[in-house]
Amino acid sequence: MCGIVGLFAKSAEIEEALGRHLGAMLEQMSDRGPDSAGVAIYRDPAPSGSSKLTLFSADPLHDWDGLGAELRQAFGGSPEPEVRSSHAVFVVEAEAEDAEAWVRTTHPELRIMSAGQTIEIYKETGRPEEFVRRFALEDFQGTHALGHTRMATESRVTTEGSHPFSTGLDLCLVHNGSLSNHNRLREKLRREGIDFQTENDTEVAAGYLAWRLREGASLEEALQGCLDDLDGFYTFLVGTVEGFAVLRDPIACKPAVLAETDDWVAMGSEWRAISVLPGASEARSWEPAPGVVYAWERQRV
Amino acid sequence: MADGNGNPWGLRESYLYDRPVIAEIQRAAQEGIYDIRGFGAKRRVPHFDDLLLLGASISRYPLEGYRERCDTNVTLGTRFAKSPLHLRIPITIAGMSFGALSAPAKEALGRGATEMGTSTTTGDGGMTAEEREHSKILVYQLLPSRYGMNPDDLRRADAIEVVVGQGAKPGGGGMLLGHKISDRVAEMRNLPKGIDQRSASRHPDWTGPDDLEIKIGELREITDWEKPIFVKVGATRTYYDVQLAVKAGADVIVVDGMQGGTAATQDVFIEHVGIPTLPAVRIAADALQELDLHRKVQLIVSGGIRTGADVAKAIALGADAVSIGTAALIAMGDNDPHRDAEYRQIGSAAGYYDDWQAGLDPAGISTQDDELAARFDPILGGRRIANYLRVLTLEAQTLARACGKSHVHNLEPEDLVALTVEAAAMARVPLAGTDWVPGANGSD
Amino acid sequence: MATEAREATDVEVVDLATTPLRELNQRLHDLTRGDGPRHWRIVNPNGAHAVAAGVDAEVEIDVDGHVGYYCAGMNKLATVRVHGNASTGLAENIMSGRVVVHGNASQSAGATGRGGLVVVYGDAAARCGISMKGVDIVVRGSVGHLSAFMAQTGRLVICGDAGDALGDSVYEARLYVRGEVGGLGADCVQKELRDEHVNEVRELLGRAGVEDVNPQDFRRYGSARKLYNFSIDNASSY
Repeated sequence: MCGIVGLFAKSAEIEEALGRHLGAMLEQMSDRGPDSAGVAIYRDPAPSGSSKLTLFSADPLHDWDGLGAELRQAFGGSPEPEVRSSHAVFVVEAEAEDAEAWVRTTHPELRIMSAGQTIEIYKETGRPEEFVRRFALEDFQGTHALGHTRMATESRVTTEGSHPFSTGLDLCLVHNGSLSNHNRLREKLRREGIDFQTENDTEVAAGYLAWRLREGASLEEALQGCLDDLDGFYTFLVGTVEGFAVLRDPIACKPAVLAETDDWVAMGSEWRAISVLPGASEARSWEPAPGVVYAWERQRV
Repeated sequence: MADGNGNPWGLRESYLYDRPVIAEIQRAAQEGIYDIRGFGAKRRVPHFDDLLLLGASISRYPLEGYRERCDTNVTLGTRFAKSPLHLRIPITIAGMSFGALSAPAKEALGRGATEMGTSTTTGDGGMTAEEREHSKILVYQLLPSRYGMNPDDLRRADAIEVVVGQGAKPGGGGMLLGHKISDRVAEMRNLPKGIDQRSASRHPDWTGPDDLEIKIGELREITDWEKPIFVKVGATRTYYDVQLAVKAGADVIVVDGMQGGTAATQDVFIEHVGIPTLPAVRIAADALQELDLHRKVQLIVSGGIRTGADVAKAIALGADAVSIGTAALIAMGDNDPHRDAEYRQIGSAAGYYDDWQAGLDPAGISTQDDELAARFDPILGGRRIANYLRVLTLEAQTLARACGKSHVHNLEPEDLVALTVEAAAMARVPLAGTDWVPGANGSD
Repeated sequence: MATEAREATDVEVVDLATTPLRELNQRLHDLTRGDGPRHWRIVNPNGAHAVAAGVDAEVEIDVDGHVGYYCAGMNKLATVRVHGNASTGLAENIMSGRVVVHGNASQSAGATGRGGLVVVYGDAAARCGISMKGVDIVVRGSVGHLSAFMAQTGRLVICGDAGDALGDSVYEARLYVRGEVGGLGADCVQKELRDEHVNEVRELLGRAGVEDVNPQDFRRYGSARKLYNFSIDNASSY
């Protein structure tokens, strides 16, 4: 059980302060998610032919510069890590799949939090206020971001178990709720070649989306598929390179609020999270209907 | 040649299709609806009987009875509430509704509990004036149905218990069949008289621990943060449930094992859902230990508490107190052998009677029929409850003193060993005579 | 639509940006025992939960902004007006008095309410009037699915549309809908709209200050009463 937040910038001012606003939203959701926090920020696109990886190390003294040197050797370019606490972001002169494969074979001790052109995922155990400080969310600018505060239900409080879960290139998922058929679904997806690191139900939903997309479904179709294939209670917020999408299960017991102004579109588990945004009191706000996919993409806006 | 039962010699009954199963299959074929009954799980599951206490010997010294104190008091709700509950004994009366029970039965519970310095709990029908009057310490339940719920009773209560579920039917809602919806019950529950009460299994205005936290916040606000807030769950995924209840802000956690009773629910629900009380206690206590909240967030355990030995062992495994339901009804006269002829008239027998849902109880306890209820003397009933609670307490003290404890709360898991491998694994104590705790060595 | 006039003088203003919620609610609760301001205005609620929950006094409370869950929970006697939106559980278990939301209400508005009047000028979401036990609810807009689920007594008037499974497992509550009904729940059926029902709707709309809606345009729904005592023919409804 948890709190989820999402912010999509429509104006330059919001883009410049994206991290600060998202951090404020995240802190409002601390009560419902005290165990861990995570964000996915879409910013600083990697140049064409390159890709961006966010890596996590459990070792606080990990030699990121050394890793940068190894990447230079393998792929060329001069990948300088941008290090924040236990995470480091590298822009690698290679396609994401190749960069990921290299990291997996040469550094299996590292965890790949995200891969793609613009996405960066940071997640850690500990209280959300701590997280905002540790990862200096204040400094981030970007086009859109998702966040999550976690109250672990049926799995341990670990970094890997935190959300967002990355489901594919530039793709991520945060979830508020509790699925009930994820264990058998996990086995089925494993047989389809999807990897899982945790016992977490959200990871299964993320894996399901990744699988459907891999098999050629559009994001909309994959989310519609959730309604058929996932059982349980959920509000999902999915991040894509273009924007984000929201889906609530048909029973819709878990909360969700959407709001929009000329400068932003925001989603939160409670109004409190949205109330901290500039112009919130004048925003148009509504509740997403159950079983309906809501999506925002930059081209449309 | 006949056997002892008057049957032809040499007949063997099937284990799978024995007489009760045959009767049930044929009843189902006849009626087309599931069997509903009262009472808790009847089949045998590992329980406290499979544990033994290690009394004093050369290395440990016992306390003298009477002279050397063995205290039994417990305080519930120390975490956030302004006015925690102070109980003289670590045994409370579990939630049972007016509706399920007759008014005089509820009164008797209040009288007996008050005499012994402990609490009673309302049930799925709200608070009656009699119960508030006779029960010095009253815990008020907030259930999915919200029958009779009102802020005045919240403020009159001494504690509030948010019921997520109960051991007999974790995931099920309340149930009261039409013949028990008397005028008074109907009025309290805002229902038409004589209809079957259908039940909600989820709360109407919150789902999940994150929203439970907000609900608990509201209850605290309405009662100006005075009352302890309990959260009650039926034992299923107890480890996570306890941690989540803590995160949601509970002062006290109540865990009800599968043997916990009910006034009415489907037999299949009672017998096949939930885990026994034995593992539930240990899991819950360990979960609180992990959060460093053992004895700071109190744990009440129920489901099959019958003797002072059960009380002592539950406390040794980590409970702060236990709660009795079925045993309290039996103490008041349910299944009394003197009424055997009357039980036989309604298709049962003393010692077997579990049709609490039918409202025909000849003892006047689980009925709304005025004539039957009139048979039940609440003052005598109250005295019986007090006597029974007294015996439970004395027995627990005797065992605790034998283990060298000056307070029952000083009983610990290390005072226990198990008779069976299952009980050893569930209670996480060694098999008697060995160092072996199945499942614990070398695993997480 | 009639708007509620706000008192200009003698209003006790409380700013939740600087005053703890606990202090506000304690002051409101203390009104039951003694004298105090009869008119209150609460500003900057910013989605706070349990605002004005548990009030038991004949006072008027205006809230300027959006509130979180359980605003005016278990309300007795007071008139609470929210000039904004309300989240889950608006006026849950209300006993008496009036609670009015000028914006939208989220899930479970008026849940288990036992008396009084709840008015939502915008839309209410899913489970409006769930398990209601005597409250009257008027929604100028539409309501979501499972509204009036297990509704026992009271009246629910919906000027807009109702979502799926309206009145699932309803008991004796009376439901009136003017717009489309997405679907009816178990044991909920349309019933004849007679003069006494039209008058009932008229009276409720009047009390709610909804003037631009014709009581004749409603349809009535209620219990078919087939689930009152178990019968094998209805087994599929369970």
